[in-house]
Amino acid sequence: MSTAAKEQLRVVIVGHVDHGKSTLVGRLFHDTGMLPDGKFEAIEEMCRRRGMPFEWAFLMDSLKAERDQGVTIDTSQIWFNHGDREYVLIDAPGHREFIRNMVTGASNADAALLLIDADQGVRSQSRHHGYLLQLLGVRQVAVVVNKMDLIDYDQEKFRAIEQEYRSYLEGLGVTPTCVIPISARDGDNIAAPSENLSWHSGPTVLGALAGFAPPVGNEDAPLRLPLQDVYKFDDRRIFAGRVESGGFKVGDELLFSPSNRTAHVASIEAWNAPAPVTQASAGASIGFTLTEQIFAERGEVISHVDDAPIETDVFHVRLFWLADRKLAIGDMVTLKIGPASVRATVEQIERVIDVDALTDRTADSVARDEIADIVVRTAQLVAIDSHQDLPRTGRVVFTDRHETLGGGIASMDDYPDQRDMVTVRATNVTAEAHRVTTAQRIERNLHNPGVLWFTGLSGSGKSTLAMALEQRLFDQGYQVYVLDGDNVRGGLNANLGFSPEDRAENIRRVGEVAALLADAGVIVITAFISPYRADRERARAAAGDSFHEIYIEADLETCEARDPKGLYKRARSGEISEFTGISAPYEAPDKPDLIVDTAAQDIEACLDQLAAYIAEKFRRS
Amino acid sequence: MPLPLDLKYLACAMNRLDRLESHSIYILREANRQAQPLAMLWSIGKDSNVVTWLARKAFFGRVPFPAVQLDTGMELDEVYAYRDKYVPEWGLDLKVIDCPPESEMDPDLPPMTRSAARKSAGLRQLLEQGKYAGIIVGIRRDEEATRAKERVFSPRSLEGNWEFRDQPPEFWDQFMTQPPPDTHLRIHPLLHWTEVDVWRYTEREGIPVNPLYFAHDGKRYRSLGEKNITAPVDSDAATIEAIITELESTRTPERAGRLMDSESEDSFERLRTSGYM
Repeated sequence: MSTAAKEQLRVVIVGHVDHGKSTLVGRLFHDTGMLPDGKFEAIEEMCRRRGMPFEWAFLMDSLKAERDQGVTIDTSQIWFNHGDREYVLIDAPGHREFIRNMVTGASNADAALLLIDADQGVRSQSRHHGYLLQLLGVRQVAVVVNKMDLIDYDQEKFRAIEQEYRSYLEGLGVTPTCVIPISARDGDNIAAPSENLSWHSGPTVLGALAGFAPPVGNEDAPLRLPLQDVYKFDDRRIFAGRVESGGFKVGDELLFSPSNRTAHVASIEAWNAPAPVTQASAGASIGFTLTEQIFAERGEVISHVDDAPIETDVFHVRLFWLADRKLAIGDMVTLKIGPASVRATVEQIERVIDVDALTDRTADSVARDEIADIVVRTAQLVAIDSHQDLPRTGRVVFTDRHETLGGGIASMDDYPDQRDMVTVRATNVTAEAHRVTTAQRIERNLHNPGVLWFTGLSGSGKSTLAMALEQRLFDQGYQVYVLDGDNVRGGLNANLGFSPEDRAENIRRVGEVAALLADAGVIVITAFISPYRADRERARAAAGDSFHEIYIEADLETCEARDPKGLYKRARSGEISEFTGISAPYEAPDKPDLIVDTAAQDIEACLDQLAAYIAEKFRRS
Repeated sequence: MPLPLDLKYLACAMNRLDRLESHSIYILREANRQAQPLAMLWSIGKDSNVVTWLARKAFFGRVPFPAVQLDTGMELDEVYAYRDKYVPEWGLDLKVIDCPPESEMDPDLPPMTRSAARKSAGLRQLLEQGKYAGIIVGIRRDEEATRAKERVFSPRSLEGNWEFRDQPPEFWDQFMTQPPPDTHLRIHPLLHWTEVDVWRYTEREGIPVNPLYFAHDGKRYRSLGEKNITAPVDSDAATIEAIITELESTRTPERAGRLMDSESEDSFERLRTSGYM
């Protein structure tokens, strides 16, 4: 056998156009004696033909159009050996026009060299690239200040640039591994320390490369294995995919999300393996069979039963948008989360970030090359992680039929994990049939049963209206009952707190109780903020056709002025966190069955509106 | 007692070849799932032999798509012998396309380039016949500078034209799997490998090697092409181990023996933009 292969480090070279990225690569090759035979002469010949001085960038700019225009169009890669490592240098274009090619190159990197022209200083793409590196997950950055010859190797000017860019990176939470003054064209501080820059005590470019840490594996993280495909070539049913984090072994119980099924690993399948494979860990593309036959589809995420991914249909994305067309609120896109693919709607654009100033603004749309925080709602539950917890399964890519539109990293913040909402734990259950029918109950009560689900901000008037309406309906002979937020917290939901998951469970239980009461023939009025559409949809599913979503509408300003329980004041002072409308989202109903505007009408008018609605929908004579 | 978490999977930590293999398998499985009908170009050289091997790994011993040889009739004898031996042994579904003659090629191309263009024409024929959505090709970024700019999934017009000025973004292993109508995808599962990686993997896996790659009378083929446009290079490497040692110190480019590459500044770029692999 031959000697072992060197380990690889992938380094992307980024920065503003014309700051010398391709030149640096060419020079690095030359100074370390890695240039292939004949290449120097070939470049000389290309330059001679164009009547221009020797151009190192021609090593990487392999397209004729790039050489003719003197600009890198697309990302390129070149291999380079030094010390006990092999480097893949990824040259990324710096022109604003080619951001999507920069993203393509940088997304594969373990580390980055970010170039800044000493004469021009920090420019827009210097900052834009720095920001994108962080979003793409490239955490090691060495800053290289090039063309020091143009400013006479002036240390003062270098320090000013260093200071400016360090403070920018600091704003992103990134500390560069070093900042190096160089002149790529002349070879200063590339492979050897430069006489011209003797005041620089830090490493050369080559030293910075050697100083980058190797990529760390994800073996110790929780298991995530997105299902890529299921094969049935023979009598084996093989589940195939790549382990993105963690690991598993034969015999483990695995959980498939979002289908919520579990099964045990019977075998790990491998062809031409030197020995039977009994375990698999992060990075491996594998296949396995199960002891139990379960149905599972591409896109499900396999984990252990503990430490499972989050199931949700709504989450935040910090987005980088690459497409020519704008992304607007309400747009439908296809989201790719690993092999999973799901339709989704842009529900909110929370802010568009000004990458230069690190400030943000509100907007109705996101334009090409902009970065924004948005909220997306998927058509079905998806299994996903917060990028902060598990980067590889917390990334989403936005696509349309024939186009990759952008990408982003996911976060949940206050959105709850909905797994417990959809998990049925009881088995061996058979429902008994009632002898009294719904029709008989209606005949006795002289009205239809149903759920009037009031939703709206705190202080919008839900409880006030619910209690007054209950009184009025009762007086008119209806069987009616109010389920109120604070009331159920004392008993039915006394064991729930205010975490996102507990809030969701609070609403789930109320939805189920309301459905039972409606089944008993009663008109149920619920008075809960119930800010999440997913929770209300589950309540609707529990009650079926008799569910009426009533939006008790009042703008935030009005509600805050009313502040009947003094909660807004406490939320504003920070005493209460995650308060709907202030520090947590309220998702207004899409198509409510009725809107009651309490800002524009007085209580009596609201009650009349509700009573008329009930007479129309529920009355039987 | 259960092992502490950080030791649990230590036994299966991956090395460089494992990682390369795993990434290629991921790409092949994406191709097989998303780009049907699918075919794999098999030039019967060291690279496409590795791709074939990776496909057998990805699909547990069988290659679920046809292996296509674009035949100019000008391959070296040993190439045909290798094909005829391993097609049955590996259970490949072989399709041979006879490439159109040189007289039908663009007369403006330099002579060697014109000869190489026959393969692009053969590929067009394959696409017309099979209506393939995906064609797997074993090119690598380190072989040649325009290939270094390739995407893993690269959309092409039916004519094979490469819009290198406007390639789709490709990141986080999300590939352009739904190209616009009237285009097909070139799928490059070996793009991230180097020449030495191919040899190390060939050695580790015990993939049969065409004897032309080993030195004979001080010469060996480093890259196999048609006999009229390919020359052997000076070498004494008679084993895979010796080839690896040679490659680790050489500064001669891999395609030095492929005569068409250097006919003019952009002859290879022109070949590639008009459909060459």
